[in-house]
Amino acid sequence: MCCFFYIHVTAQPNLGEIHGNFQTDVQYYNTDTIIGAPIVPEKVLMNGFANINYTRDNFMCGVRYESYLNALQGFDTRYKGNGFGFRFATFTKDNLTVTAGNFYEQFGSGLILRSFEERTLGIDNALDGLRLKYAPISGIYLKGFIAKQRFFFGQGEGIVRGFDGEININELSEKLAQAKLKVIVGGSFVSKYQQDNDIVYKLPENVGSGGGRLKVSYGKFTINGEYVYKINDPSIFNNFIYKDGNATLLGISYSQKGLGINLGAKRIDNMSFRSDRTATGNNLMINFLPALTKQHSYNLAASIYPYASQPNGEVSFQGDVIYTIKKDTWLGGKYGTTINVNYSEVHDINREVVNDTTSLLEPYTLGYKSDFFKIGNRVFFKDFNIEITRKISKKWKTILFYTNQVYNLDVVQGHPGEPMVYSNIAVADITYKLNASNAIRLEVEGLFTKQDMGDWAAVLLEYTYAPHWSVAVLDQYNYGNPESEKQIHYFTGNITYTKNSNRISIGYGRQRAGLLCIGGVCRIVPASNGLTLSVSSSF
Amino acid sequence: MLKKISLIITLASTTLMVTAQSVQRVPAVDIKNLDGSVFNTGKLANDGKPMLVDFWATWCGPCKAELNAIADDYADWQKETGVKLVAVSIDDARNMEKVGPYVNGKNWEYQVLLDPNGDFKRAMNVNNVPHIFLVNGSGEIVWQQNSSAPGDEEKIYELVKKVAKGESIK
Repeated sequence: MCCFFYIHVTAQPNLGEIHGNFQTDVQYYNTDTIIGAPIVPEKVLMNGFANINYTRDNFMCGVRYESYLNALQGFDTRYKGNGFGFRFATFTKDNLTVTAGNFYEQFGSGLILRSFEERTLGIDNALDGLRLKYAPISGIYLKGFIAKQRFFFGQGEGIVRGFDGEININELSEKLAQAKLKVIVGGSFVSKYQQDNDIVYKLPENVGSGGGRLKVSYGKFTINGEYVYKINDPSIFNNFIYKDGNATLLGISYSQKGLGINLGAKRIDNMSFRSDRTATGNNLMINFLPALTKQHSYNLAASIYPYASQPNGEVSFQGDVIYTIKKDTWLGGKYGTTINVNYSEVHDINREVVNDTTSLLEPYTLGYKSDFFKIGNRVFFKDFNIEITRKISKKWKTILFYTNQVYNLDVVQGHPGEPMVYSNIAVADITYKLNASNAIRLEVEGLFTKQDMGDWAAVLLEYTYAPHWSVAVLDQYNYGNPESEKQIHYFTGNITYTKNSNRISIGYGRQRAGLLCIGGVCRIVPASNGLTLSVSSSF
Repeated sequence: MLKKISLIITLASTTLMVTAQSVQRVPAVDIKNLDGSVFNTGKLANDGKPMLVDFWATWCGPCKAELNAIADDYADWQKETGVKLVAVSIDDARNMEKVGPYVNGKNWEYQVLLDPNGDFKRAMNVNNVPHIFLVNGSGEIVWQQNSSAPGDEEKIYELVKKVAKGESIK
């Protein structure tokens, strides 16, 4: 027994570390017939989760406990009850990493495979199986896995297999590391298997997709490209057509001190890829097709007409320039001024019938053929925006933002027959620092349009007492609605207390869905009305 | 006599157990540099000087406000304390290619890392952005904050100065 204690002390026991994080959102819902809020029989809804991980040297394991009693409005109601939604163990030894259980993974930019979580949006397509990562020599990175996908508290029917290899040419040798030209090349293969139970048609049980990517940098320039091809994959999402699919992503950027330019082009043709051909909503997605448009952060711009990628087909272009005018100049002011100009445009792809006897998108046929270099006539989205940031003095700082948009309400939000919405949005974001701890921020926004709901105005007033307290009031007013009874105020008040990693936030009022930046933090929130309590922490 | 020695050794090993548990280190996760090459966060170090690890995104206003506020004084902070700020962007594929041009357009001198699938964010138990960590010269996380308000940068610098001198900030 004495020996045991002796060894115990001299061996400096490494008992590892336990860490985790926790978040819960509880809402009490008011009946609100004016805004057409749905009746909530439970009155109180709650989403919550806790991650607990244990790490020791090269080993890590953990679980996530989730609770939906019941799920908040805006979340899929199939998230119900309690359970362990995630559990895993992983270890690394001699450049080999093995993960058993749940894991998230992305190949390239995600066009071929992206398993990820966005807890506040209710997105979680975690993989459950076995994954290996191996770096045999410096510069070569290999990954492979076989898994099923998460489906609420269970698993989807399909099996997903993937392999990815990436070579960083400059890491292969000392001499190449000195080269001015930098090259990273990668390739992936992902396939899914799902049994075919259709008695009339023969549906492909194994659907494979392959992709290649290349990134070349030279000095201030970078060019990157990615192409993914998928064989026939009839599903509920593409009307059960047998057409193959492909996705292309191209980008060029130029970067130097004070100036950044990024140009991008994207084309998607029939690239919805899920491990269950009957899956809908945010479920069982294998890949991720991001929109190539500006991600707005101001209330009205981000929440009323947000653009989302169209997996069945779209062609988009984007140009983004950010330039900082030097400080101590007439134009730049004492501290410098940053200007960010962005333009994006999204169209449908070109589609033509395959032959005279088959109509466009007819189920169980090839569906259509599409010329790669032709752009469809239908406009999905156009967005020209400019943002000017200027620190005027030690106490005053402003951001001015303007966007002009064209939005296809019919296609993007699935409201057939609705007209195109032409809108202008202007925002003034002013911060006044009273002293070292106290500051006030005022955000005034206006959305001007003749279509749909008409004009909106929004005002946000936020008072912060650094570092712990923040109080905010926000009003979004649809003053221009053509129906006078719908000219409603969406008024919310919020108090947030933060200390280190603890955050407690209480809000009351009507909330529109979208990105909400309040209390010094940004969160994606669903639409709601009532009292909200959010608590988050990590340890 | 033997009983006394056993008791002392038991107490000593218990203390070791307690101190071993309360240290939090930056986990080793493979994410990316701005140029797309793989970067393992286990290699995050600053020669025994303090380090700030700040999670942000191009769509997060308060995150950008804080990083811009620190940028004004960063050169002075580095001269005085040798501190390094590592700005980890959680932008996914939608905005990832715009991070480099943005950082350069704003003249930031920080070390910038890309975490497009949230792997490092998950390993650091970050719920949302902004979330800033202060790491001391021995690689231990000694302080963190999940918010940003105008004026925070001055308070953060007070903590950085203390850590640079080796003082405790509890």
